[in-house]
Amino acid sequence: MSQYKVLPGPEAFLPPAAASMGNVLPDPGEAHIEGEIVPVDEAYEVAARKILGAKVPTIFPGPLVLWKWNDHVAEKATALRELANEVPMRLIPMADYRPKYPKIEAEFEINPNHPNLTIWHNKIDVCIFIGVHCHMANLSLKIIRGGTNCYTIAMCAMAGHEDACLSFRDADLAMITKLREAIKKLKSEGVESQAIPFQQFKMGRTGIIEQPA
Amino acid sequence: MNKTVDLKNKRIIASTHEKLGQKNRMNQTYTDVNDIFYKAEQTASFLTGSEVIREAIKRASVGTSVAYPITPQSEAAALIGEIYAEGYLDEYFRGESEFAVMGQCAGAAFGGHRVFTTTAGPGTLRAMENFPMWAGARLPIQVCVTCRGVNSPLSIQPDTLEMYYLLETGMLVWHAETAQDLFDFILKGFIVAEQPDVHVPIAVCCDGFFVTHTKDTVELPPLDLTLTPYDPYRNPQPVMDMETSPFRMMRDPFVMKSNYISYATHASWQQEIRSAVERSRKHTIPLLDGLIDEQNTDREILIVASGTAVSQSREAIRLLEEDGVKVGLVKIKTIRPFPTEEIKRVTKNAKHIFVPEFNVTGWLAREIKSIIPDNERVYEGPHVCGGMTLPCEVIVEQIKIHLGMETEKLRM
Repeated sequence: MSQYKVLPGPEAFLPPAAASMGNVLPDPGEAHIEGEIVPVDEAYEVAARKILGAKVPTIFPGPLVLWKWNDHVAEKATALRELANEVPMRLIPMADYRPKYPKIEAEFEINPNHPNLTIWHNKIDVCIFIGVHCHMANLSLKIIRGGTNCYTIAMCAMAGHEDACLSFRDADLAMITKLREAIKKLKSEGVESQAIPFQQFKMGRTGIIEQPA
Repeated sequence: MNKTVDLKNKRIIASTHEKLGQKNRMNQTYTDVNDIFYKAEQTASFLTGSEVIREAIKRASVGTSVAYPITPQSEAAALIGEIYAEGYLDEYFRGESEFAVMGQCAGAAFGGHRVFTTTAGPGTLRAMENFPMWAGARLPIQVCVTCRGVNSPLSIQPDTLEMYYLLETGMLVWHAETAQDLFDFILKGFIVAEQPDVHVPIAVCCDGFFVTHTKDTVELPPLDLTLTPYDPYRNPQPVMDMETSPFRMMRDPFVMKSNYISYATHASWQQEIRSAVERSRKHTIPLLDGLIDEQNTDREILIVASGTAVSQSREAIRLLEEDGVKVGLVKIKTIRPFPTEEIKRVTKNAKHIFVPEFNVTGWLAREIKSIIPDNERVYEGPHVCGGMTLPCEVIVEQIKIHLGMETEKLRM
């Protein structure tokens, strides 16, 4: 059995891909926590504790949930906003995958080719990837693990991600809601969010319409 | 591994394609691959390998096939043209060269079609630049490589040297022993290659002439069943977008920048392609009944082989048994991903490991030597090349000579 633990970095100049270390993706009904396969129900509470314990918890919604390409996606996006409000968490979009360096607006966007810039700039310590195409998410997750100390959570609608510290698979509306419920439950038990207060910026079709405080 | 990957009753996660159960224009029913192979009644047919490729493509819901009519290494491309005329494929045309064919295949796959093509020998090498491009772009194209010699003077006879060139392209590389393997691997290959966590191209290889031109009995599922079509919504990349890598290649980042970030992006990209190949194990093991077949691997003498070298080895083992020499057999079905753990396990107690091959370099022996302890146990050969046959008597002779046993000198 692989002993490779998928932990927050900075891990190495070029960290290995977890798959090359023998880590296998979870099957339906499972998740993985730091490389260990667990029943999915175990992962909600671990994820919720990580999120509530973070100073700058952040959701990175990708194109698959940012753009309303079907009604299901619109429902997921609404649930995601509710999840962000529950914690509260920042929302920083990965609107597309075009390489943009050296002029990325790290406060307002994240890019799969240099995700570390956004994480460093905002001091993000826990993040959720959702709605990002799997290839681009994997590209990012390895770079993040290589150069930052951010704990990465993937809510993947497909088969999951070995390179995230914690990964769900087949993530749909119900799973987003279930994660929010897990956070609510912990809060009701007295676990407080450690998030530093912030004001969520807002974007319109022409760009930023409300700057963060 | 952090989890044992087993056969799971020879099933992989069933298709949820929205067309499952519907009929196509040929009145075939879109059917889950598990049901095609393990539920449907199979009928024996007597076919050449080329005809087997045609029969597989009839049941594969292929969108596009592009052909280059090189020397008669296999009739497959021409036979696929015939079934296109019958209505089994959406698109079929001839490319200007193998290089052009593979580029055209990429275009069709970028557009969301299931794509199939064939090549062999010098054609494979001429097309070579496209294979890592397919992999890097996460295109699950299938190419059937009917292996033949690659060098001058040209040969249309079987030689597996071209497979060696494919090993590090980022493609899945499977090696069929028989016509039955070829049929199964083509259909199952599409399913594995198109999984969202895999989604890389696949080379289904067979030894040209021995498999493509000879007739063999093959069990076929009914013609009124066909695989569910390719589902572009399970693509791990967005559909073609000229502003996004890998399509945005030359104008600016990350190809044209020289800084740590662009290197890190490219490095992570390359790791991801290798990871995709690794992930295919989980889907391949239940569908192919393991990455290897094993027979009497508790014996001190083992033959490890792939392709038709396995068939020759089986007969060699029978001849050796007659002389009281007991030999086990390992058949390798997937070269990429390489069955590393499986080979380590089955060779654990072997004292002598023979690797017969149809190429001059003995690349399979080198692959095995690189992963097992005490690799002086591996005898690289016997190998033949340039289209020579590998008589089972030669395998017997080499094993006996290596073991210091008396053997009759073979007369050629």
